[in-house]
Amino acid sequence: MSEEIIVRRTALRIPYSWAAGAHATRFYREIADRRRIMGTRCPRCERVLVPARKSCSRCFQDTTEWVEVGPAGVVTSFTIVHYSEPRIQPMEPPFAVALIRLDGADTALIHLLGEVEPSEVRTGMRVEPVFADEPKGRILDIRYFKPVSVD
Amino acid sequence: MSGQVAIVGVAQTRFQSEKRAQNYAELVHEVVSELFRTTGATHDDVDNIVSASSDFWDGRTISNMAIQDVVGAYMKSESKVSSDGTLAVLYGMMRILSGQYKTTLVVAHSKGSEGVPNLIANAAFDPIYQRQLGIDGLSTSALQARRYMEKYGVSEEDVALVSVKNLGNARKNPYAQVAGEFTVEEVMQSGYLAEPIKKLEASPISDGACALLLAREDIVDRFTDKPVWLKGVGHCQDSYYLGDRDLAESDALAVAARRAYTMAGIDDPRREIDVAEVYDAFAYQELMWTEILGFCPRGEGAELIRSGVSTMDGTLPVNPSGGVLAAHAVIVAGLVRVAEAALQLRGEAGEHQIPGAKTALAHGSFGYCGHMHCVWILSNEK
Repeated sequence: MSEEIIVRRTALRIPYSWAAGAHATRFYREIADRRRIMGTRCPRCERVLVPARKSCSRCFQDTTEWVEVGPAGVVTSFTIVHYSEPRIQPMEPPFAVALIRLDGADTALIHLLGEVEPSEVRTGMRVEPVFADEPKGRILDIRYFKPVSVD
Repeated sequence: MSGQVAIVGVAQTRFQSEKRAQNYAELVHEVVSELFRTTGATHDDVDNIVSASSDFWDGRTISNMAIQDVVGAYMKSESKVSSDGTLAVLYGMMRILSGQYKTTLVVAHSKGSEGVPNLIANAAFDPIYQRQLGIDGLSTSALQARRYMEKYGVSEEDVALVSVKNLGNARKNPYAQVAGEFTVEEVMQSGYLAEPIKKLEASPISDGACALLLAREDIVDRFTDKPVWLKGVGHCQDSYYLGDRDLAESDALAVAARRAYTMAGIDDPRREIDVAEVYDAFAYQELMWTEILGFCPRGEGAELIRSGVSTMDGTLPVNPSGGVLAAHAVIVAGLVRVAEAALQLRGEAGEHQIPGAKTALAHGSFGYCGHMHCVWILSNEK
């Protein structure tokens, strides 16, 4: 008695052009030109915010000072992603996503880990960035962070 | 608060992974019709409507336009909250307290089956600094789960207890999508989605709708002899960038809870609250949220379950409905927490009724890792 319900399959495809703003633009220029990662300091709480931004997320103050951080830092949490969603994921699972507190920063950066077996990732691990050869003004200008090699 | 507002009716659909027999306007029509049938209210009794839905989840710009006909909004005021349904209750209550309206219909809908949840979730992240990393609600929650577990010494078995309890409770909830008798071992073996989160510790994506009718105290009797009073509410936001927060903590929930408890005159939540419905989108969240809500010291959320306090026959049952782990229609799920709390206080929760419940807590959350929290205290005593 029940008729098959018609299901309309389609997609919304809407191109956007997001302006990064002056602070994110400088953040990416510093990576491209000098291979350094920058944060901005809040004059009130004195936290160094990474990635760099115009205003403090807590104090509603404009940040006033650019501060070079890292480039190495420490993993404060991580996950190994086992599910696959190739339309958004930049790596093949299993891969590691981590919160990384760069030396001199008061906030953590979310990024990917590479050159490490997922089973060997640990909280507290020291990592350093691997920069992309051809920066394009995007977060993947840091390809991923890898364990700091002990020489 | 000055003047009182009550929930005078509650309706929800059964939650399922794919409700293909109904489009989303038809889902909303089902709950509004049920609400009118059970309260005796008519279109004329509804002074205004606050709805909750999302353009992105519906795949339609101005998502509320498509449901306005079925909520009776023709020639009335209707506005949308594009966030968790607990906030729709907040704005609905405020509209009545403004003195402009005597009643508010609050309704939320979502069909997770019709979009691609991971893509929608990913699009919530900043396109300049975060989105290209491929993160979504699941992977970022996994970052929070590990941080919480490592900071407070919580084991994976502790977290698995939440799924055992809630999916077990859900067997008695006819609206639930996922239910079953599982052991800790089975949860542990259910496979990692994003470590340390396992398949049975992650809520399903559901289709469904929920509606409440709110009324000013002087006309409550017209609709019900079992009003549920809105006694307290607190709402708070955390920082947007997850790395700005210590994810083991949730200051926003602590603030929201304190505001709600102060308004409702709750001094000792563990003793004064009889039943709680909290937003356990992932199993670890029930442990975190119940600790921060003050039900137990930090790191002891699992002990609440082990000692039987938060189980169905405990002194403070948490998620007798099965919680969000049993059904997760995004945006709707917080409204369902309020609806389930109201059913408990009306004595209408059926097989998952907590006998004699007088004071209930309902909690909603939105965004990632508890970015926003809304806490409600409800009572069947004025």
